[in-house]
Amino acid sequence: MSNQPTTLFDKVWDAHVVRKIADGPDVLFIDRHFIHEVTSPVAFLGLESRGIGVLFPNRTFATADHNTPTINQHLPVADPLSANQLKALETNTAKYGISHWGLGHQKNGIVHVVGPENGITLPGMTIVCGDSHTSTHGAFGAIAFGIGTSEVEMVLASQCIMQPKPKKMRITINGQLGKGVLPKDAVLYIISQISASGATGYFVEYAGDVFENMSMEGRMTVCNMSIEMGARGGMIAPDEKTFAYLNGREQSPKGEAWENAVAYWQTLKTDEGAGFDLEYTYDAADIEPQITYGTNPGLGTGITKHIPKAADVLDGAASYAKSLNYMGFAEDESILGKAIDFVFLGSCTNGRIEDFRAFASVVKGRKKADNVTAWLVPGSHIVEAQIQEEGILDILTEAGFQLRQPGCSACLAMNDDKIPAGKYAVSTSNRNFEGRQGPGARTLLASPLVAAAAAITGKVTDPREFL
Amino acid sequence: MLDVKGSEVEKLIADSRQPITDSPQKMAYDKFTILTSSAVPLPLENVDTDQIIPARFLKATERKGFGDNLFRDWRYNGDDTPKADFVLNNPLYSGKILVGGRNFGSGSSREHAAWAIYDYGFRCVVSSFFADIFKNNAINVGILPVTVSPEFLDKIFQAIEKDANAELTVNLPEQTITIVATGESESFDINGYKKHNLINGYDDIDYLQAMKEEIGAFEAARPY
Repeated sequence: MSNQPTTLFDKVWDAHVVRKIADGPDVLFIDRHFIHEVTSPVAFLGLESRGIGVLFPNRTFATADHNTPTINQHLPVADPLSANQLKALETNTAKYGISHWGLGHQKNGIVHVVGPENGITLPGMTIVCGDSHTSTHGAFGAIAFGIGTSEVEMVLASQCIMQPKPKKMRITINGQLGKGVLPKDAVLYIISQISASGATGYFVEYAGDVFENMSMEGRMTVCNMSIEMGARGGMIAPDEKTFAYLNGREQSPKGEAWENAVAYWQTLKTDEGAGFDLEYTYDAADIEPQITYGTNPGLGTGITKHIPKAADVLDGAASYAKSLNYMGFAEDESILGKAIDFVFLGSCTNGRIEDFRAFASVVKGRKKADNVTAWLVPGSHIVEAQIQEEGILDILTEAGFQLRQPGCSACLAMNDDKIPAGKYAVSTSNRNFEGRQGPGARTLLASPLVAAAAAITGKVTDPREFL
Repeated sequence: MLDVKGSEVEKLIADSRQPITDSPQKMAYDKFTILTSSAVPLPLENVDTDQIIPARFLKATERKGFGDNLFRDWRYNGDDTPKADFVLNNPLYSGKILVGGRNFGSGSSREHAAWAIYDYGFRCVVSSFFADIFKNNAINVGILPVTVSPEFLDKIFQAIEKDANAELTVNLPEQTITIVATGESESFDINGYKKHNLINGYDDIDYLQAMKEEIGAFEAARPY
């Protein structure tokens, strides 16, 4: 161990390098591998055609989430292609002895929700999954990132991945977030400042008062959207909050192993004076509730602001014009007051208990607007149970909302939860790309509070009016 | 693809590893050495993987046929009739090279995007900036992502605008891309290991298979 000041990222990365290849990638050992039904079937086919097996099946965890229905999960899946993918996951995991929380399993849910809530995700780990929002797990001080199917096959076969070490970026926000400003707003604000590609080639560490004071759920929301600024992943140094969240979770270390783990985890922070390739610093006081108006997550702004003019955005003029045209918006329009049709609360970004608490805090004692269709989708059965136990379900029902069953749902609209063409959705998910929530769907990304305010009023509304 | 098998270049870089094209592995790809082709221009920024292949086409459990749905919603109307103004429907443009604006391949990690591009017939994508995961996925399926300067990207778009059949030569061993008509050329970066893989048709898994003992020892020492 050298005395050179080292970043959190370097500490975790370097502890996992099995071999360095000259003029090539590092061979990186992977502690935890999550798989789901959409990006794994071809990886298993690859193993079979090579005639090789899964090297460490106890390091891979499967859940079905991307392509599952969010109503009537007790019935057979109607879409034969979706059913086929779920069957493939079941067959493949059984064949190789991999843990599988399929549809209907009490621990089933979105992969990036169930991993942490069951203590599979731990600080200092390397974690991959064939899903770009794997960055979520960085909230625990893990290096976690999304991979493609060839890499899924690689990890199944060798428990390693070949990656060049990314550059390091630190994003610091000091001060205190204002009333009605949530972790989602903090991360949407960052992306609006540096653009959807501002962190491409980097791994991000989030630092400063705002992230230190943030709950684990909030940190997961922030790290989740690291990919939306182009970063491979983002991480936050583990602290007492992290340990408190993990202590006693099903797969967290126990007894002496827990004590030893915590002692190690306490060393996982960036040393004073350690270098980053790029740093950004923001002031929490500058952040108001955010909303996006375009077709990439970088095209967002404060909810009270007007849609920027082409000259004031980082995207090129042609792409910006195409984006606004798709959304049916014009430069310099106010976003507040825009009529909306759908509200989606859920996803690996905002499908956790705190998100439902925030949503309920606005809709409590109020009624859903008649012209709004609202899809409220918990991230897991555990979240679903919490919603009931805490009385949130009663508040939602009273206000005219229904709860659906866990899954990725309208975030990527692989199942039947598709926003119709031309309709506007205020969505707590992570991407507002053309057609992301259904062909022709128009997505405005926002926090659970902004989504709740829109669900009550039927238009884009500043949630601070209701707090 | 130009076949330079037996050339000095190949002799220099070949080693004892077996290319996956020689195995029963279904996902084998063509070796990449030197490609001269006309190109298809897509001068838009932030072309995300949801545009390259929308999520509703990710339901297959095998890797085939994704090319039919490449850029599905830009390429076809809701009733499946082709949109005449989209470049893939314009008979003027064809070739094995796709040229896109900056931040190509952003968003989802779905390798299906790279499969769709490969299956359609492209072997090389040129842009001034690629999203990280897409770049890895592309190389892993045998597509060469070539990052050029914004200025050179403009020159390529201009050359294609002037002549839809304008050819580009991508020389992987030399790491250069050239506009054939003008002779203008730029070099591009790729790490030596990945270059070696692409030229020989290797992939990472055979490399890692040979490391099993080393990996096993590493695993045994992990605390959890």
